[in-house]
Amino acid sequence: MMPEVKEKKITAKDYASDQDVKWCPGCGDYSILKQVQSVCAELALKKDETVFISGIGCSSRFPYYMDTYGMHSIHGRGPAFVMGLKTARPELNVWMITGDGDSMSIGGNHFIHLLRRNVDVNVLLFNNQIYGLTKGQYSPTSEQGKVTKSTPYGSIDHPFNPLSLAMGAEATFVARTMDRDPKHMRPILIEGEKHRGTSLIEIYQNCNIFNDGAFFPFTEKTTKADNTIFIEHGKPLLFGAEHRKAIVLDGFTPKVVNTADVAETELWIHDKHDRVKASILTRFFDDPREEGALPRPFGIFYQEKRPVYEEGVSAQVEKHVKEKGGPNLNLLLEGPNTWTIK
Amino acid sequence: MIERCFARNMGQIENQIKDEVTILFAGDSGDGIQLTGGQFTDTAALLGNDISTFPNFPAEIRAPQGTVAGVSGFQLHFGSIELFTPGDHADVLVVMNAAALKSNLDSLKKGGIVVANISGFDKKNLRLAKYDDGVNPLNDGTLDGYKIHEVDVTKITRETLKESGLGTKAVDRSKNMFVLGFLYWMYNRKLDNTIRFLEKKFSKKPELIQSNIAVLKAGYYYGDTAEAIASRFEVKPANIKAGTYRNIMGNEATAIGLIAASQKTGLNLFCGTYPITPASDILHFLSKYKNFGVKTVQAEDEIAGICAAIGASFGGALGITTSSGPGIALKGEAIGLANIYEIPLVIVNVQRGGPSTGLPTKTEQADLFQALYGRNGESPIPVIAAQSPKDCFSAAYEACRIAIEHMTPVFLLTDGYIANGSEPWEVIKSEDLPDIEVKFAEPRELEDPAFLPYKRNEKLVRPWAIPGTKGLAHRIGGLEKDFETGNVSYDPENHERMVKVRQAKVDKIADYIPEQELDAGEDTGDVLLLSWGSTYGAVKTAAKILINEGEKVSHAHVKYLNPLPKNLGELVKKFDKVVMPEMNNGQFIKIIREKFLVDAIGLNKIKGLPFVTQEIVKKVKEVLA
Ligand SMILES: Cc1ncc(C[n+]2csc(CCOP(=O)(O)OP(=O)(O)O)c2C)c(N)n1
Ligand code: SF4
Ligand SMILES: [Mg+2]
Repeated sequence: MMPEVKEKKITAKDYASDQDVKWCPGCGDYSILKQVQSVCAELALKKDETVFISGIGCSSRFPYYMDTYGMHSIHGRGPAFVMGLKTARPELNVWMITGDGDSMSIGGNHFIHLLRRNVDVNVLLFNNQIYGLTKGQYSPTSEQGKVTKSTPYGSIDHPFNPLSLAMGAEATFVARTMDRDPKHMRPILIEGEKHRGTSLIEIYQNCNIFNDGAFFPFTEKTTKADNTIFIEHGKPLLFGAEHRKAIVLDGFTPKVVNTADVAETELWIHDKHDRVKASILTRFFDDPREEGALPRPFGIFYQEKRPVYEEGVSAQVEKHVKEKGGPNLNLLLEGPNTWTIK
Repeated sequence: MIERCFARNMGQIENQIKDEVTILFAGDSGDGIQLTGGQFTDTAALLGNDISTFPNFPAEIRAPQGTVAGVSGFQLHFGSIELFTPGDHADVLVVMNAAALKSNLDSLKKGGIVVANISGFDKKNLRLAKYDDGVNPLNDGTLDGYKIHEVDVTKITRETLKESGLGTKAVDRSKNMFVLGFLYWMYNRKLDNTIRFLEKKFSKKPELIQSNIAVLKAGYYYGDTAEAIASRFEVKPANIKAGTYRNIMGNEATAIGLIAASQKTGLNLFCGTYPITPASDILHFLSKYKNFGVKTVQAEDEIAGICAAIGASFGGALGITTSSGPGIALKGEAIGLANIYEIPLVIVNVQRGGPSTGLPTKTEQADLFQALYGRNGESPIPVIAAQSPKDCFSAAYEACRIAIEHMTPVFLLTDGYIANGSEPWEVIKSEDLPDIEVKFAEPRELEDPAFLPYKRNEKLVRPWAIPGTKGLAHRIGGLEKDFETGNVSYDPENHERMVKVRQAKVDKIADYIPEQELDAGEDTGDVLLLSWGSTYGAVKTAAKILINEGEKVSHAHVKYLNPLPKNLGELVKKFDKVVMPEMNNGQFIKIIREKFLVDAIGLNKIKGLPFVTQEIVKKVKEVLA
């Protein structure tokens, strides 16, 4: 018998580029980078066939730190680069990194069109509810009244709810996780990677310099249980200490009840394939500081199977090759009508 | 006195031979003017005439019927001599209604022929064309000095088809066939080419084949029997170089040029774009040729279109984006990115009147500065301009060659005039197209030296390393790069070095393009006509006229606007005066003045319309005087 050649198992480190990571110490981006590298290793993604594409922002520096192919592009336009690359090379494994300003503000248009087209890409939306790179202006996801350098008396605009927007834009995979809960983030990243189509994963990310603690109600031990609900397909919506609280639907209105007070059959069992209920879940967007606020959901809200854009494009090409025959340049150059002069 | 062509002298029809004729068809955009013109063109081409055409569309798709705003035109120049423009002025003006006459009479030669559909001059149409109450240009002296054929096209068409069983709408729609038949008679053409066309076009609606042919013939026989026309004309085949020809429109030629480059290189063509007049037809053409592996994406806007094309290029496709001025403005930031990425990309700008939305359906060449300078930072980009409809093919092909061989975005400038115009094109064979060199970076083993994505070769060109290639994983970005490693660098010395090397790389392209040649005339003389882009035909014709008159005039037409051909300065300086016609407020002239310190004289027309030859002849004579 031939001795078995054991291939060295690829590790998270193998996905790290030789460039120094330059985010502020303590920035939530570090933990996301670490989890992505570790998930890449776990799934043994081929470095030479993986591409990270980003826009502009602190978060968008991400591709420089991955030892894969990468494109750091221009502000907000990541989705368009993704669409072009995937259409030309559907076999590549493409990830897109974007910030809340990058995807919700300047790139809002591209973002929604990426989702409706359902290009096969994993989109990691680093939401820190602030413009980090430009040093702390409010963003389209900042809460109303946000005091920043550009809004010294508080912001006027109503914020976007990215996941609700995604549902409206016909997304086929909608999920949320947070930088401070790597255990939760990992399986979501893995599920997103497995999904065929645009996997939108919103990641609450702490910017400890310009918006420190924006998500503390959801991430810190003391408040996390009451303010968050971890949703899982096929499981009831339970939350709070020892899952003593539950969500039930009264018509289309979600209500918080004591788990003990309702029959098991009354509970809302999460079905990630149910578009209407998933949409209701994305509407759980209350300010946690307000009385009676619904808990903020984390997990996979929605998933649907829908043909992938780039495959549709390729299929059309194949169909035409079959029907009309392969390319014949001379026929094309000749055109339908010629005449000869002697 | 109006020369009314009622009586035919003793029934005798005079047959006049003409070297060249320009016909201008004009009517409502619903009158089938473009189709009529197109058919006459095809028939003339098949007969061996040289041709050049120019359609003129209204900006509105269906402007109110009968109004001046709704007039659509098609100008056709055909001849037994070589032609380079659609004709300065028309010999024959065909008008389907009063508005068409009102907006086109200026384009008719003094003494020219008007063919008027008189039902288009009824009260309603006169009012819509904004003629004063009681005024009819057919009989108020407006047409004194012209020859008029008044024909009640609508009535005769209805008469012809009264037993066809078709509704009035369908019947009236074939009016244009009457006009076409009549003109075929006037110019001694046969009907068979158009009959074949109708049979194909309406193969699923045989009743329309019959009706259209009947009306076409009615128009032809009308000439024979109406006893109204004194002369017919004959335009003999042109003495064109032997070969096989086809008719081609500029936008189609651009599309085919791009596909040809993709086929010759084996790179898949990817076009990311957003519809805009007058560039959309390139997308329309490209999207038909899926069996050539062409992928087209109609993106959500122009920015997405170009970014998608850059993404595709990163993946090893031939990335293309097409647009017109306003769309190009949106693409600026991404063009800068392609410049710093140093990645192949072709940006096609089918120019139109600007600024802003400007004159969407009219032509202009005022985006040269935008192409050269319209970005932040030092961002040199090669620029090529097409000179005629058929030249769009070679210009597009050449743009691809430079983009690929020099790893750079390239601007291809055409404009609405040549994009929609058409001319015969000698069919070229795939085998005869120049080769384009494509080299992707080779895979690399772990123990090989590190891959340096911005290491340059003798052309100062970096390698094209596409995802999926073993061992070449690397990142590119819009941040400044280190000269050696390609990693992000904010070093001041390095930035300056990088700016200079990107410039040097583009300058070096001058070593790989042909030297500038004269199109006509001696290599020294009194006046050099120096032109670029779509003014070619008019300037060439003007130069010919002037040279024939014994003037010491020469003509050079510049195709490569950045970098310029190496010998251009030397060539220009051999003339006493340099006259530069441009359809803008003077752009190329500023470059020539700046680069070569010559006191060039501008001739600028900014009317949304191409030059007519005489405007150029006149200017040169003034300069010579
Ligand atoms: C066209 C353009 N406009 C503005 C900027 C400046 N800019 C860079 S990043 C940024 C906002 C980044 O915010 P976000 O996307 O939330 O990323 P973060 O830094 O928070 O990760 C802005 C406005 C730019 N780079 N390009
Ligand atoms: S500014 Fe905020 S988001 Fe940016 S690196 Fe620093 S901590 Fe992170
Ligand atoms: Mg942000």
